[in-house]
Amino acid sequence: MSLGRLVGRRLLVGALILFIVSVLVFTASLFLPGDAARAVLGRTASPDRLAALRSQMHLDDPPLQRYLSWAGDLVTGDLGDSVVSQTPVVELIAQRSVNSLLLMALAALIATPVALLLGTWSALRRDQLADHLTSLATLVLASLPEFVVGIGLLFVFSTGLLRWFPAVVDQTQGVLVQPEVLVLPVATLVLAVSPYITRMMRATMLEVLDSDFVHQARLNGVPERQVLWRHALPNSIGPVAQVVALQLAWLAGGIVLVEFLFDYPGIGEGVVDAVTNRDIPTLQALVMLVAAFYVVVNLLADVVGVLTNPRLRTAGS
Amino acid sequence: MSEARSEQRGLRVRGLRVSTSAGVPVVDGVDLSVPGGTVLGLVGESGSGKTTVGTALLGGTRRGLEIVGGSVLLEGTDLVTLSETELRGWRGSRVTYVPQDPTTALDPAMRVGNQVREVLDCHDYGSGPHDRARRVSEAFEEVGLPTDDAFTRRYPHQLSGGQQQRVCIAVAFATWPALVVLDEPTTGLDVTTQALVLDTVRRLTRQHGCAALYISHDLAVVSAISDEVAVLYAGSVVEQAATDELVRRPRHPYTSRLVAAVPDLSGDRELKGIPGGAPSPSTRPSGCRFAPRCELVVPECTTELPELRLVADGHHARCIRSADVTPAHVRERRRIDEIDSAPLLSIHGLTARYGRTPVLHGLSLDVPRGTCVALLGESGSGKTTLARTIAGLHTDAEGELHFGGNRLPFGAHQRDRETRASIAYIFQNPYSSLNPRRTVGDSIGRPLRVLRGVRGAELERRVGDMLERVYLSAAYAQRYPDQLSGGERQRVAVARALISEPTLLVCDEITSALDVSVQANLVGLIEKFRQDLGLTLLFVTHDIALVRNVAQQVAVLQEGAIVEDASTEQLFHHPSHDYTKELLKTTPRLVS
Repeated sequence: MSLGRLVGRRLLVGALILFIVSVLVFTASLFLPGDAARAVLGRTASPDRLAALRSQMHLDDPPLQRYLSWAGDLVTGDLGDSVVSQTPVVELIAQRSVNSLLLMALAALIATPVALLLGTWSALRRDQLADHLTSLATLVLASLPEFVVGIGLLFVFSTGLLRWFPAVVDQTQGVLVQPEVLVLPVATLVLAVSPYITRMMRATMLEVLDSDFVHQARLNGVPERQVLWRHALPNSIGPVAQVVALQLAWLAGGIVLVEFLFDYPGIGEGVVDAVTNRDIPTLQALVMLVAAFYVVVNLLADVVGVLTNPRLRTAGS
Repeated sequence: MSEARSEQRGLRVRGLRVSTSAGVPVVDGVDLSVPGGTVLGLVGESGSGKTTVGTALLGGTRRGLEIVGGSVLLEGTDLVTLSETELRGWRGSRVTYVPQDPTTALDPAMRVGNQVREVLDCHDYGSGPHDRARRVSEAFEEVGLPTDDAFTRRYPHQLSGGQQQRVCIAVAFATWPALVVLDEPTTGLDVTTQALVLDTVRRLTRQHGCAALYISHDLAVVSAISDEVAVLYAGSVVEQAATDELVRRPRHPYTSRLVAAVPDLSGDRELKGIPGGAPSPSTRPSGCRFAPRCELVVPECTTELPELRLVADGHHARCIRSADVTPAHVRERRRIDEIDSAPLLSIHGLTARYGRTPVLHGLSLDVPRGTCVALLGESGSGKTTLARTIAGLHTDAEGELHFGGNRLPFGAHQRDRETRASIAYIFQNPYSSLNPRRTVGDSIGRPLRVLRGVRGAELERRVGDMLERVYLSAAYAQRYPDQLSGGERQRVAVARALISEPTLLVCDEITSALDVSVQANLVGLIEKFRQDLGLTLLFVTHDIALVRNVAQQVAVLQEGAIVEDASTEQLFHHPSHDYTKELLKTTPRLVS
C-alpha cells in the first residue's frame, strides 16, 4: 500500500473515530446532572424563566435533532456559545489551545530526543552501572503519577527548598510574557513521558545491536559510530515511533492534572472549569479537540513507521 | 600468477586456540593453510567449533569466548596480535566474511548498492567517489547481478534469497581481499541457486587470487567447491587432504564414517550413521576425542591426543591407526522393492489454499501400503501444506482424500479416534515440537492415553518399551526435552508418533535440523520400523540424495503441482521432467 493510500485510509478511520466520540460526548452530556438553562440562570431562577430559556436553547427538542444540529454546527466550525460567559466557545478555547499546544510541543521536543538518546546510551552500556542506574531511574519515574512528580518539583524548586520558579501562572497576562512559568509544567510532563520512551528505545536498540546485520557491519570493518548511526538507529526508530506517539497522545489527557496543579490556562484547566460550571458546549468542544489530537498524532506515528521501514514504504510499487 | 605471490597471498593458521571465559577450550590448536586462489573446505558437525574458527580468522569471537593462543598469518601480519582499531582496517578490506543467512545479514533499511558502497567508503577504496561507484558496478557484475540503478537502489527484501546471498558475496569481494571466510553461505538456498552461488565463489576466488575458507556441515557441498578439505572434530582438525583424496581414501575413522553418513546421489554407498554423539567442549575425553565412538579404538588411543601427522603426500591425519582405516563401505546398488500393494492413502484433485492464495493445484497421488513415498520439493513448493492437509492440520482445502478405502475428512477433529491414531506426524523441528514443560515420558504417553485410553502401570510399561525401540533407555521418560540433544529429541518424536501403532507416518523434513551422522541414524531407524511393522511412510524432504536412500516411490512437487511421480529406480535413471533433471544435475555429489 502506498503512503498516500495509507494516509487516506487512516484519515477515513480517524473521521469515523471522531464521529463515534461525538456521539459518546453528546450522549454523556445528556446525562450530566443539572442542565444548561439552570447553569445560566442560577439556583434562584423561576420555573417560567427556565422553561423559556430551555425552549430558546432547544433543550426540549428530541435528542437526535439536538445532536444533528450540534454536529452540523461542529462540522462547519461553529462550536456554539458558552452558556456561562455567553461568548463564542471558539474565542474561549482558542487561547487555551495555543497555551496547551505550547506546553505539549515543548514537552515533546525535549522528551523525545532526550529519551531516545538516553535509551540508546543505556543500550550501548548494557549491563554496566550507567545502564542499571538508567533502568532504575526510569522505572521509579514511570511508576510515579505525574501529579506526585509535579508536587515534588513544586516543593523543591518553587515553594520549599529553592524559590527559582513561580508555583502558579499569573492569569491576567499571557504565558509568553512570563516564560518562567512554563518550566515546571514542562519538566513534569517530560518526566512523565520520557521513562517509557527510554525503556522502549533501550529494548529495541539492544535487539537491533544484537542482529546479524550489525554483526556483519562490524565484520565489514565499519566504524562503531557509523554502525550506530547508519545501521542501528534507522532500524530502531520505526518501532519506537509507536511508543512516542502513544506518549504524546497521553500528553493531551495528562495535561489536565498538570495544568490544574500549576493553575495553567490551557485546555486541561478549561475542561475542569467547564465541568464545574456545567458549560456543556465548551466541554463538548474541548473533548472533541483532544480526540482530534489523538487521531492526528497516531496518524503521524504510522507515517513515521512506514517511512523508516523500506519493506512497508516500497510495498505495492 | 607466480607461485611465490600466491603463497604470500595465502593464509596460515598455527595452533589457534579459543576458550570460554571459564577456560574451557572450544577450539584447541587448529593449524590450517590456504594458498591464494584456492578454497579450503572446513567440515564439521554442530559443536565442532567451525564457526568459532571462522570468526577467529577475522580476529573476533562470540560474546563469552576469547582467542587464547596461536597465530593467524595473512600477508605477513598476525591478526591475533592486532588491536581492535587495527583489526577494523583489516575487516571488510583484507579479510571478509560471508554470513550464513543473507536475509538477516543485510541491513533491511539500506539499498543494496549502498551496502557494497559502504565497505568501499569505510576502507578508502580507490582514488575517489568515481572509482568507488565503478567498483560497485563491477562487484555486482562479478556475482552476476544487474548493475543498473533500478537494481542497486533496491532494498534487500525486494531480492530473492539467492540474489541476497550474491549481494553478500559482492560485498565480500568488493575490496579485493586476501582472505574470504564463507560460513555455510548456501544453507538456506535451493540446490539450483546453491549451484550458482558455489560457481560464483569458485570463479571469484580464482580471479582475485585470494584464499577462501568454506565452512559447512555438508561434506557434499564442500567437496563440490574445495581444493582441499579439513575435517574438524571436537575443536581440532583430525584430517586434511586434497578433496578427492580425502573422500576416496580417508585416513581418520571419523572422516570415513562421515563420508558413509552423507546420502549418496548415485545410491552406491550404504547410508550409515555414527553411534553416539560428539562431545561438548566441557566433556571432551582425554586422548583421541573420537575414541569413544571409534571401531578401531585401542588402549593407547585414550591416553594421549595423537599428533596431526603426514600420512601420504599432502595428506594429514590425527590417528595412530590411520593405516587401518578403510574407505566408506561400497555395496551392491541398493535393490528397490517392487511396488505392488494397493494404496493406503489416495489423494484426488486436492486443492489447498491460504485465504485466497492457492498453494496446491488439484493434485492426485497414491501412497501404496507398506512403502516409503518421498515428497520432494523446494521451499514454497507446497510439500508441507500437502503433509499437513493429510494429517488433518490444514483444512482450507477441496478435493478428496481416501484412507484405507474410506473417505477422510479434512479436519483432524472430524476424524474418528481410530483414524487419528492411524495417522501420525513428525515435525521438522525437534526443538519446538516437544512441550518443554512435559517430561519425555509424558509427551510419548499422551497419544496412548488420549486415543487408546491406556493408563497407569500399563502406560508406563509401553512408554519404556517404545523408548528402548528408538534406542533410548526407559530412564529417558523422566527427562525434560532441554536435557536432550537434537537427535535424541527427534527419536523421542518418533517414539511419540509410533506409540499409538499408526499405519501411516508423515515425516515433515524430520532430519533438516540434524547433523548428517544423526540423520543417517534416524533414517535407519525409520526404515527398520517400515520393514518390521509394515508401516507406510510419507517422507517430505528437499534433499534428492536422501530420497534415493529412503524411498521406493518419489513424487516431485513444484509450485503446488506434482510434476513427476515415479518409482525411485525410474526417477533416478530416466527422469522425465526438466525440473527433476535439473535437480539431479545441480545437486553436489561427494566424488565428482
